[in-house]
Amino acid sequence: MRRVLKLATAGAAATLVLAACGEAPTEEDTNAAGGENAESSEAAGGGEEAGDFKACMVSDSGGFDDQSFNQSGKEGLDSSVEALGIEGVEVESQADTDYATNVSNLVSQGCSITIGVGFLLEDAIQSAAEENPDTNFALIDSAFSDADFAPVELDNAKPILFNTAEASFLAGYLAAGMTESGTVATFGGLQIPSVAVFMDGFADGIAKYNEDNADADVQLLGWDKEAQEGAFSGDFENQSQGQTLTEQFISQGADIVMPVAGPVGLGAAAAASESDGVHIIWVDSDGYLTASEYSDLMLTSVMKQIGPAVEQTVTETVEGGFSNEPYVGTLENEGVGLAPYHDFEGEVPEELTTQIDEYRDQIISGDLVIESPNSPQQ
Amino acid sequence: MTEEKRPDAGEEQSVAATPPGETGEGQGPTLREQERPSVLYQIMSGSALMSVLAVVLALLIGGLLIAFANEDTREASTYFFARPLDTLAAGWTAMTDAYVAMFRGSVFDWQAGSFAGMVKPLTESMVFAVPLILAGLGIAVGFRAGLFNIGAQGQIIVGAIVAAWLGFAFDLPVVIHLLVAILGGLIGGAVWGGIPGVLKARFGANEVIVTIMLNYIAVYLISYMLKLPSFNPGRTGQRSPAVSPDATYPLLVPQWLWPDNGFRLHWGFVVAILATVFVWWLMERSTVGFQIRAVGANPAAARTAGMSVGRITVITMVVAGALAGLAATGQVLGTERSLTAGVAASFGFDAITVALLGRSRPWGTFFAGLLFGALKAGGFLMQSLTATPIDIVLVVQSLIVLFIAAPPLVRTVFRLPDPDRRRRPRRTASTTQEATA
Repeated sequence: MRRVLKLATAGAAATLVLAACGEAPTEEDTNAAGGENAESSEAAGGGEEAGDFKACMVSDSGGFDDQSFNQSGKEGLDSSVEALGIEGVEVESQADTDYATNVSNLVSQGCSITIGVGFLLEDAIQSAAEENPDTNFALIDSAFSDADFAPVELDNAKPILFNTAEASFLAGYLAAGMTESGTVATFGGLQIPSVAVFMDGFADGIAKYNEDNADADVQLLGWDKEAQEGAFSGDFENQSQGQTLTEQFISQGADIVMPVAGPVGLGAAAAASESDGVHIIWVDSDGYLTASEYSDLMLTSVMKQIGPAVEQTVTETVEGGFSNEPYVGTLENEGVGLAPYHDFEGEVPEELTTQIDEYRDQIISGDLVIESPNSPQQ
Repeated sequence: MTEEKRPDAGEEQSVAATPPGETGEGQGPTLREQERPSVLYQIMSGSALMSVLAVVLALLIGGLLIAFANEDTREASTYFFARPLDTLAAGWTAMTDAYVAMFRGSVFDWQAGSFAGMVKPLTESMVFAVPLILAGLGIAVGFRAGLFNIGAQGQIIVGAIVAAWLGFAFDLPVVIHLLVAILGGLIGGAVWGGIPGVLKARFGANEVIVTIMLNYIAVYLISYMLKLPSFNPGRTGQRSPAVSPDATYPLLVPQWLWPDNGFRLHWGFVVAILATVFVWWLMERSTVGFQIRAVGANPAAARTAGMSVGRITVITMVVAGALAGLAATGQVLGTERSLTAGVAASFGFDAITVALLGRSRPWGTFFAGLLFGALKAGGFLMQSLTATPIDIVLVVQSLIVLFIAAPPLVRTVFRLPDPDRRRRPRRTASTTQEATA
C-alpha cells in the first residue's frame, strides 16, 4: 500500500516537474534577462515619487469582488496608486464586526488616508476619525451623524456622496417609456439611504412619464416613495433572494427590473434571463461591461462613479489639499449618470431619448429638481 | 470474573472517558458503543495531542496555500528549473511574513510604539475569543448530550436583540442595568435554544433541522426588528441606538489604571471564564451534568436507569441557548455596543468548530476559543500587512475541523500508533480469558 502511494506521489511530482519544465525557457529568458532589472528600476522609480503617502481602504462585508461599489472603490484606489506612485493597502471585511478592527489596524499602520466603503462603516470611520485627529479619513456613501442621528461634520473626514436620484430619475423615465406590460419593478439590498435614493429617483421618473403621457399608467412594484416602504432582499450577498424577488415581480407582470443590491442583482438577472422580454437596469457600474454574461438584458445602468471620486479624493489629499467638504456626485459633475444603451441603442424610440436628454439638461441647469428624503444633504 | 473485567473497564475509561464506563453501570451499552463509535463520539474521545497536531497540520497546509497565493512565488515558479531556490525562497518569505504578521496581530507586536501597543494584540485575541468561547461552550454541552445544536447563530441573534433592547430602551441604575441586560441576553438565547429542545423532547423533531430553521427565523427577525421605529429611530439604516454606557461591560483595564492603553478588552472575558468554570462544574460535578452525559452516551440506557431523556434534552438546549445568549452580550454590550444586522458575524458557526477542537470539554473549548480568537485578530493584520487573502484564515479553521474529524489521517501523517488497534486484541484476549474462566 505504501509503495503504491509512493509511486503515485512520484508520478504526480513528475507531472508537475514536466509542466514547469515546458514553460521554463521563454519565461526564464524574460525574467532573467530584462524582467528583473526593469522591475527593480521601476520599483525604485516608484519609490522615489511615492514619498510616505499611504492610501488605505476597507471594504464592507460584500468584499472587493462584488462587481459593484466595493469593486468600484478598489478600482479608484488602484488607479490613483498607479498614477501617483503612492502605496496602497486594501483590506476586506468579512462581517460587520470586523470594521472597527480593520480601520484601527490601518490607522496604526500609518495610513495617510483611510477610506471606508459603504454606509455600514460609518461608525468605525467616525470613531477612528475622532480618536486620530492627525490622519485623514473618507467615507463612501454616508455622511457622519451623532448618537441621535443628527448630522455632524468632522475636520478630518470627508464624506463621498452621490445624488443618484438624478440619474435613476432618467432610468425610471426610460423604463416607463420602454415597458410593454406597463409594469416595472425595483428592489433594494438593505433599506439605507444610499439604496433608497435610487428607488426614489426611479419612482419619480415613472411618475413624470405618466404625467407627460396622459394615456400612460405605468405601475411600479417594489417601492412606495410616499411611505418609504418596499421590497428588500435583506443583504448584499444572497443572490437567490434577488432571484426569488425578481421571479415574483415577473409573475406580477413586470418586464423591467432595477435591482439596487450590488451582487444580488446577478440573481435578478438570472431570473430575467429565464423569461422572454424581461430587461434589467443595472446600478453602480455599467452592467453591460461588468456583468457581461447578462449584457443582452441590460437596458441601461444608473452609474455611480465611485472610482473617479475616490481617485479625486486621494489625488487632492496627496497634493496637500485635503478638505472635509463632502464630495457630492451629480449629473452636473458626472459623478452619477446613465450608461449608454449599448444593444438597445436602436430600440429606444427617438422621442424618448430626446426627452431624457432634455430632462438631463434641465436637472443640470437646476430647472428640474429631483427631491428625495434620501438625497445627500448639501 | 468481575475482577478480570474491571481493569478492562478502567482502561476504557481512561482512553475513551465514556460516562457509563466511568461509573461502571451498563457494561452492555459501553461495549456496543465501542464496537460502532459515532463520529461525534470519536471526536470527543480524541486526545488533546490530536487537537494540537490537527492545528499544526492545518497551519502547515495553510502556509503552503499562502505561499502559492503569493504573486512573487507564482512568478518565480514559472522559471523553477532555472533557479528553483527563487521559488522556494519566495514561498518561504510569503509564508513566514504572513505568519509573523498573524503573530504580531494576535499575541505580541514588537514593532508597536508603546508597551500598551505591543500587548494590545493579545487583548484583541481575547476580545474575539469571548463570543467564541461562550457559544462554543453552549455547543459543547449539546454535544455531550448527543445533540447537534447548529442553532448557536440564531440563539446569539435573539440574545443580542433582547440584550441591546434592554440596554438602550431603559434607564436603570449603573450596575443593575448591566446585570439586567446580561440576564436578558441570557434568557433570550435560552428561549431560542429551548424551542428545539421542547420540540425534540415532546414531538421527536430532529434538533439539527429545527435549529437550522430557527437560525433563518432569527436572521429575518433581526432585520425586521431593525426596521421598527423603536429600534431605528433615525431611519438611517440597519443600526439601533447605542446601548447606554451603564449597560456596557466596563473595560477590564480601565483608563485610570493604565492611561491611553486603547484596549477593548472588557469584563465579558471574565464572564467567559466564569461560564467555563460553571460548565465544568455542571458537567463534571452536578447530577444534571451526569444525566446529560448519560443521555449522550446512550439514551436507551439512561431511560432504563430512570432518567427522563426529554427533560434532559430540554435542560441541555436551554443551557446551550443561555450560553449563546451570553456570547451575544459580549458583542452588543462589549465591543459593538449597538445592534446591527451582522452583529452575530459567523460566531455561531465558528463556535461549532471551537467545540469540536476543544473536544467538548469546558477548558478545551476555552483554549480553542482563544486560538480561534487569535486567528481572527491575527488575520486582520496579516491581510493589511502582507495582502494575504483573509479567506486563508477560514481555510485554516476548516482544515482544523477536517483533521479533527479524521484522527487516522493525523496519526498517519505523524506516524502515531492507533490506540484502538492496540487495545482491541487485548480486549479479545480478555474476553477469551473470560470465556474460559
